[in-house]
Amino acid sequence: MRRKDVLDLDDFSAEELTEVLDSAVSMKEVLARPIKRVPPLRGKTIVNCFYEASTRTRVSFELAAKNLSADVVNITASGSSVEKGETLVDTARTLQALGADMVIIRHPHSGAPYLVARELDACVINAGDGWHAHPTQGLLDLFTVREKLGSLDGKKIVIVGDVLHSRVARSDIWGFTTLGAQVVLCGPPTLMPPGIETAIAEGLRRKGGNGGNGATKEHAAVRVQYDLDKAVEDADVVMALRIQKERQDAGLFPSLREYSRLYCLTRARIARAKFGALVMHPGPMNEGIEIAPDVAYGVQSVIEEQVTNGVAVRMALMYLLAGGRSDLAV
Amino acid sequence: MATTLPSGSSQGPSEGSAAVADTPILDAEGIRRALTRIAHEILERNQGPEKVILVGLRRRGVPLAGRLAALIQQFEGVDVPVGQLDITMYRDDLGLRGTQPEMHPTSMPHDVTERSVVLVDDVLYTGRTIRAALDAVLDYGRPRQIQLAVLVDRGHRELPIRPDYIGKNVPTARHEEIAVRLEETDGRDEVVLVRREERIEQDGREGDER
Repeated sequence: MRRKDVLDLDDFSAEELTEVLDSAVSMKEVLARPIKRVPPLRGKTIVNCFYEASTRTRVSFELAAKNLSADVVNITASGSSVEKGETLVDTARTLQALGADMVIIRHPHSGAPYLVARELDACVINAGDGWHAHPTQGLLDLFTVREKLGSLDGKKIVIVGDVLHSRVARSDIWGFTTLGAQVVLCGPPTLMPPGIETAIAEGLRRKGGNGGNGATKEHAAVRVQYDLDKAVEDADVVMALRIQKERQDAGLFPSLREYSRLYCLTRARIARAKFGALVMHPGPMNEGIEIAPDVAYGVQSVIEEQVTNGVAVRMALMYLLAGGRSDLAV
Repeated sequence: MATTLPSGSSQGPSEGSAAVADTPILDAEGIRRALTRIAHEILERNQGPEKVILVGLRRRGVPLAGRLAALIQQFEGVDVPVGQLDITMYRDDLGLRGTQPEMHPTSMPHDVTERSVVLVDDVLYTGRTIRAALDAVLDYGRPRQIQLAVLVDRGHRELPIRPDYIGKNVPTARHEEIAVRLEETDGRDEVVLVRREERIEQDGREGDER
């Protein structure tokens, strides 16, 4: 892989995605060993820069880096110079001056990792920025589906919930469609980004040159469906997104009860999908609101595996990026 | 070990025009006899197959390990565990190259502790692949012994590593190449010596075994 940064999946070709997923298979084997540590990033320093609360993503990145024998430093906004008013770019430059080879950044503002990536020679991985993108979550979702179903080509992926505010959904859409899957977005109209179908089709067309399968199937790559019972029909994968309670205060939906009546993944709804369809959730879950507990912990759920796979995928990405750095000049 | 190159091809003479001449080293029969002898030597040295684990190094060590296991099963009626090892993450030249080499799956079917692990590879050259493989195996536990079986030893070691079982010793010059082709990976069984002038520089850069 020849790139310095991973900021979103919108600029990943099908080949690059496959390269990451294939490498993650090897990394998953490492995670199954009694000693879960391999040496390829020995002597590299990775800084985990989290400006927003996170458990699974931060720990996942930290473990991934440690499993590859890198040194990891964690910074959070509180307790760092950010509180003294240091700007993002200054913080990033400081980290680089201190010898960071790779910076993992999570930030509440969309686009912040792009700013950091432009300023630094170090590799930057976006660990979630605002509503915009969460590429490593996208990759781990792709990995989980591919591992379970063998391939993504022609699969129907239903993503249910607050698509408007979801960076996970955005990165998932790019990843799934590039590998030839069809994505159906479902949720209340107030939580659906207007014009997303044409925006994605346009993006895939621009991407087309690098051989993404999405290019040939773009006309049907993304569809919006407001009725969940219809949306889940024939689905291979049903993914619920976290609904944030503060969206109700913003008037985007009347009540959690109504939301859950219309959009909660219940056993009855999952039964309408394909037999054995996968149930996914990026976490953290609001049980009983976007997903029923018996579905979340049921036999079709791969939610816990998503978390495990996240470490493998992040290891693969870090491994591949560390090699790409030396040929930046090319 | 040539087989860890990302290209994974045999790099036979057909690919480059600089090949001067190929000298056959072993034909299919020769390979079969060498492996038969090695299988017997492994059994003799380890007093039977009970404690042995064969571990093939990607890529051509894997079929060779499989063949040795089949021979041991034929002689002793015992199935020895066969693993495969991809040493990519243990290479000492990571970060010195442009892009990262591609990784392949590793599988270790059995706990290595208190066992004799026999590493199996096609060509032994600088010894760097074996150094990496030793580190990789030790990450799985503490074997009683680690032994090394190679089809061809071509010399030019850069590390203090020696094989326990050798199919054939082939003195080579650095600019020469040993091409091992196996039925499973290349469609036919043969070992040939390939002379190729412009390889000299590359060999040094890649630190890889040919």
